Amino acid sequence: MITTNLDIETIRKDFPILKRKVNGYPLVYLDNAATSQTPKQVIDTIVDYYSRFNANIHRGVHSLSQEATDAYENARKKIQNHINAVEPHEIIFTSGTTDSINLVASGFTSFLKKGDEVLVSAMEHHSNIVPWQMLCERTGAILKVIPMNPEGELLIDEYAKLLSNNTKLVVCNHVSNALGSINPIEKIISLAHEVDAAVLIDGAQAAPHIKIDVQKLNVDFYTVSAHKICGPTGVGILYGKEEWLKKLPPYQGGGEMIAEVTFEKTTYADLPHKFEAGTPNICGGIAFGAAIDYMNSLGYEAIASYEKELLEYATEELKSIKGLKIYGTSQHKTSVISFNVEGIHPYDIGTILDKLGIAVRTGHHCAQPIMDYYNIPGTIRASFSFYNTKDEVDILVEGVKKAKQMLS
Amino acid sequence: MSIEEIQNEIVEEFSMFDDWMQRYEYMIELGKSLPLIEEQYKTEDNIIKGCQSKVWVHAELEGDRLVFTADSDAIITKGIIAILIRAFSNQKPKDIVEANTDFIDKIGLKDHLSPTRANGLVSMIKQLKLYAIAYQTQLN
Repeated sequence: MITTNLDIETIRKDFPILKRKVNGYPLVYLDNAATSQTPKQVIDTIVDYYSRFNANIHRGVHSLSQEATDAYENARKKIQNHINAVEPHEIIFTSGTTDSINLVASGFTSFLKKGDEVLVSAMEHHSNIVPWQMLCERTGAILKVIPMNPEGELLIDEYAKLLSNNTKLVVCNHVSNALGSINPIEKIISLAHEVDAAVLIDGAQAAPHIKIDVQKLNVDFYTVSAHKICGPTGVGILYGKEEWLKKLPPYQGGGEMIAEVTFEKTTYADLPHKFEAGTPNICGGIAFGAAIDYMNSLGYEAIASYEKELLEYATEELKSIKGLKIYGTSQHKTSVISFNVEGIHPYDIGTILDKLGIAVRTGHHCAQPIMDYYNIPGTIRASFSFYNTKDEVDILVEGVKKAKQMLS
Repeated sequence: MSIEEIQNEIVEEFSMFDDWMQRYEYMIELGKSLPLIEEQYKTEDNIIKGCQSKVWVHAELEGDRLVFTADSDAIITKGIIAILIRAFSNQKPKDIVEANTDFIDKIGLKDHLSPTRANGLVSMIKQLKLYAIAYQTQLN
């Protein structure tokens, strides 16, 4: 029995999709690290927006436009408060973490020169590798990798040795999507600042599990995607310290981001609009705010403590399966278990689990360097959310046993 | 036997099973009878793109017939490619090009036919047909 302050059965009723059947079985949704499910509070916000005050924001004189603008800017403030940013304009709405990272990588083009160094961790998602590789190609800067150990922990001593006056930027995820490791970002940030390097933390996998305080972290840039914390897809934020966002050049040109346009010269709008060209995902931003309200109504402490118990239970149960190996065994983990069963391709197990109504992710999880490190084609990844139950862990374990029996 | 006759035979075999589990078990069995590709042909060039698991296919003309061999590192994928090869191997390239693949649907593998599905059944069929087109041109 798992003890928790959360009433999981009531919480599950907030998520209409959890009532679904897949291939004749009740859905067991364990792909939360890819996309979390959406509670009715967020779905209602989306319906409400399109039913009552759908309009373009910031420029309209009419009431609907004003209401939409207020709701959108209110969502920005909610996110600001949630991550404890100093100013609302330090929150830039983007289409998600990938977009946020590309915005910063694009902006740094004018700051880097040949021989400068960008440090990236060995356990990044491709979206926190490729934009920096492209930046290095544009500028002649060098990409260096912070190594990790077999448990899936970054080697901080090695990281400290890589830092020098050439280091201009350090990028790292807060939590690894493929392994679930929680990285010691406070240490990573403070060491980087000793050599005056800027730090971007990809918080896509941390935001659903950990309450973030950007001031306490003293981080320069932090990214979040809404769809991983019960919000809609296609929206996210870039947090940037005001001083950095002022320095960075605009990312995309278009409406909203200008102060004045003539054919001779255009001047740019103030923050945050400088980085928000075109009509944004207004409904998405507002619904993102509703998702944050929902998460806070449950409380991060209660969520983290329940998910920790789920993780421990699932880890023990899965380990009882002979030949099953877990990748990512750090003491500091979110509720993600990446594993393989000896002699069986992860894809085969994922296929059988799907036939049993169990949704997991298989493959390289957009983190091929990690798979290369372990010399495996991929893993099966089960990622748990606060609405998952111990019974669902049991169904997963039985499913893996069934798949193993069929495939051996 | 013609491609159509073989396909009908496969459909009949699969119709004996009541549930997906038996069908998958049979497919896994069929994978074990797959005519294996020779190691020398397991090259990057012979990997079918669009599959989450690795699938290698090699084609060779024997007389006027095209003979396929293949392998995969995943068992279910191996079963799928074995079914395709059973239908298409030892056939004239022209017949392979013209063959329809409705039988996949009939044997309960429809969910593997989605173009976004990571196992790339669609890519496998496309690759077999591309080989057939290439050899048909050669024969002409």
